[in-house]
Amino acid sequence: MDPILLSRLQFALTTIYHWLFVPLTLGLGWFVAFMQTRFYQTRDETWRKMTKFWGKLFLINFAIGVVTGIVQEFQFGMNWSEYSRYVGDIFGAPLAIEALLAFFMESTFLGVWIFGEGRIPEKVHLASIWLVAIGSNLSAVWILIANGWMQHPVGYIINESTGRAELVDFLALITNEKAWVFVWHTLADGLAMASFLILAISAYHLVRKQNMAFFKRSFQMGALAGLIASTLVFLGGHTMGQFMYESQPMKLAALEAIWETEQPASFSLLTIGDLSGKREVWSIRIPYVMSSLACNDFSCEVRGVHEIQMQYEQQYGPGDYIPLMVVTYWTFRIMMAFGFIMMGASAWFLYATRKKNYEKAKWMKYVPIGALTLPYLANASGWILTEMGRQPWIVFGLLKVEDAVSPNLTTVDLLISLIGYTAVYGSLAAAMVYLMKKYAIAGPDAALHESVDAAPGRVGAQD
Amino acid sequence: MSYEFLQTLWFILIAVLWIGFFFLEGFDFGVGMLLPFMGRKDEERRAVINTIGSVWDGNEVWLLTAGGATFAAFPHWYATMFSGFYLALFLVLIGLILRGIAFEYRSKDSNPKWRRTFDWMIAVGSFLPSLLLGAAFANLARGVPINQDMMYTGNLFTLLNPYGLIGGMTMVSVFLLHGANFLTLKLEGKLRDRVREASKKLYIAAAVMVVLLAATTYVYTDITTKIGIDPGIIPIASVVILLSTILFINRKMEGWAFISTGVRFVLTQVAFFTLMFPRVMISSTNPEWSLTISNASSSQYTLTVMSIVALIFVPVVLAYQGWSYYMFRKRISTDKKSLVY
Ligand code: HDD
Ligand code: HEM
Ligand code: HEM
Repeated sequence: MDPILLSRLQFALTTIYHWLFVPLTLGLGWFVAFMQTRFYQTRDETWRKMTKFWGKLFLINFAIGVVTGIVQEFQFGMNWSEYSRYVGDIFGAPLAIEALLAFFMESTFLGVWIFGEGRIPEKVHLASIWLVAIGSNLSAVWILIANGWMQHPVGYIINESTGRAELVDFLALITNEKAWVFVWHTLADGLAMASFLILAISAYHLVRKQNMAFFKRSFQMGALAGLIASTLVFLGGHTMGQFMYESQPMKLAALEAIWETEQPASFSLLTIGDLSGKREVWSIRIPYVMSSLACNDFSCEVRGVHEIQMQYEQQYGPGDYIPLMVVTYWTFRIMMAFGFIMMGASAWFLYATRKKNYEKAKWMKYVPIGALTLPYLANASGWILTEMGRQPWIVFGLLKVEDAVSPNLTTVDLLISLIGYTAVYGSLAAAMVYLMKKYAIAGPDAALHESVDAAPGRVGAQD
Repeated sequence: MSYEFLQTLWFILIAVLWIGFFFLEGFDFGVGMLLPFMGRKDEERRAVINTIGSVWDGNEVWLLTAGGATFAAFPHWYATMFSGFYLALFLVLIGLILRGIAFEYRSKDSNPKWRRTFDWMIAVGSFLPSLLLGAAFANLARGVPINQDMMYTGNLFTLLNPYGLIGGMTMVSVFLLHGANFLTLKLEGKLRDRVREASKKLYIAAAVMVVLLAATTYVYTDITTKIGIDPGIIPIASVVILLSTILFINRKMEGWAFISTGVRFVLTQVAFFTLMFPRVMISSTNPEWSLTISNASSSQYTLTVMSIVALIFVPVVLAYQGWSYYMFRKRISTDKKSLVY
């Protein structure tokens, strides 16, 4: 099997997996910090229980983010050594800063938060959860600066004598607008994911008439935050589209399946391509909409795949610059559709909470729990779109994926690691889902105890 | 600041990160490996875990930061070493995953089978990285096959030579002793007595391995003939200080015992890095093809930027990590009411 393909598969698998859990950490951290602050201010017991309950779920999820993140840090050197040599000068910097600024902060203060309750002053304990939330979001910012540079390289020169890209403008790197729209979209995505988790679990208990006051408050919070967050996600996404129009026109054309340049451009509701994913067979389109999405103007020109391909061949030499269209097209549709549904759903939930006995409504049984899948699928789709839409480049316009892999790795090496990660990650997911479910169902009173089924049995007792 | 100065500065900083890692994560790897053997009852095991519960994650970040700093400051070093030691590092990562998840999940279910599984995951997950990182460092000192394009041309078995294995076993035995010293420092009662007894046996293993490693270093490596900076008596001091640990163990001076194994890590790493300097990876194929701080480094600009960042934030990190240790300086008892799960 092709080592490049295996490395790509492994990177996609491990990163998507890491990123399935990370956004929840990002969002739920703010919630828990807020709840604890409210308890500190009001001394209202419900806030304390909320901190405990949602905090427990936060921790179960957090652990997965931590252990899978370690793999990420080393993977660039292990699988993408030529990439690391070529751009380490630039890309390494935000990664190292992320570790120094953010990872130390979140891991140290998480330890303080878990073990400090009742042992350290309450104010310090409260500050530590805020530092955890800030630290994890800060880590997101730095990694997105790194990724933003790969999508839209700035502040560098190519040094002919060393044959590497070198940083010349750090400020340009950290103020890369592409990265900051990533940050906006992604942090909001984290908040949305957390809101939908809170909504789902709260609905589960409300339907069963358990801890009504507790879960009504949670549900209301989730609905409000969910609405704000999914709106922000949408606005961020829209801004991203406009950025893409300028910096990565090929990705834009590919996610819309626009083969020939159009002015004004139509928005595709449904397009069927041929099996290679590179030719259109049939489509339904709404005129003007794509122009307005891409540049806030109903009549601007959106260039098609064929034209851009020709331009790139002249610019970068012969090659295939068209990403896998089926993937970009459908992932974009899934993400966007789910984004809109999330906005609608959270608005509806929020509206419903104005009624007194909304928990008795029939939809409460299924809708909030079903809606939990939306942010997860949208999130994964978004990244697959972002990353696969940039093919064949690993750093846009600078370095191709095929020139980035570690040349010394054999198929056997890669198969061992790929199978190994898959097996371990699969078991992690099983353990995590099991615990999440158990603690979510057990409810807030159980979370006050240290372990759900109290009375721990003896383990390997010999004396 | 001159380019050479910056390269040297980053070489030192990375050395400092590794020293921090071995000193800190060293004891919690040791504690992890000792867990199934020292804690017999569930509360005892929880107490053992709690000695490192609040700090292991922060300790691990030293490794992540060493990796990140190597990437930023010496991209070729990062690329050659990480792709070269691919399968070994893969096993290190698997170990770290098993361990990390087990720390957090072990007590979240009271089924004894569940807990026993995770306890063993902690032990195995601490053992694998100890062994393999030890082997990796020994091989760095010995030299590994690297061609003129800075590419590693060996495989996993290249690393598993006798000297590499001695390096790995030494690392395991010294971590075990360091972990045991830490446990006697943090625990009380019967549990502490048990660990103290064990540490006497672990001492013998560690002493034998350390002496063996020192002796074989003369045979297998060129760093005694191609000295970077003469480390003077530091290598010898590191052996001596380890050997002196037994005095503290026997006199129940657990603080000093812990400090002496800790100082051993500092001295050994200082010796390692001074002997390597200015090389970062030695090519056993042709010494001319070795990676050095000058041919593996980032540009002067990047090093300058990173130096400013490090200058500001390293002291901050040190301050709050130190503070967190201070906060949790009390001994841990197996009394159920005071245990955090
Ligand atoms: C937008 C945010 C974001 C993105 C794109 C990534 N991560 Fe991540 N990562 C986090 C946000 C985050 C986090 C929320 O901050 C985590 C989750 C749990 C934690 O400790 O930090 C985390 C964990 C985490 C850790 C463990 C930290 C610890 O032990 O405390 C490492 C080493 C990385 N990540 C590294 C990476 C790398 C190299 C990525 C590039 C592919 C990556 N992450 C993508
Ligand atoms: C949620 C976050 C992310 C997800 C889900 C994700 C997903 C993916 C996927 C699906 C691929 C495979 C593309 C393909 O095979 O065609 C990929 C490739 C890659 N991504 Fe990401 N990515 C994420 C973030 C990042 C970040 C933050 C970085 C860098 C800091 C990064 C660097 C890379 C690299 C180096 C590759 C390999 C080259 C390639 O195949 O294009 N990714 N990613
Ligand atoms: C509501 C409509 C949405 C629009 C218009 C939208 C738009 C976009 C666009 C254009 C991109 C590609 C950016 C690029 O690669 O340059 C993107 C990426 C992404 N989307 Fe969305 N999105 C929407 C909803 C969502 C939702 C609901 C989620 C998840 C909760 C989500 C998560 C992501 C993620 C994680 C990425 C990749 C991260 C990144 O590139 O920063 N999106 N989105």
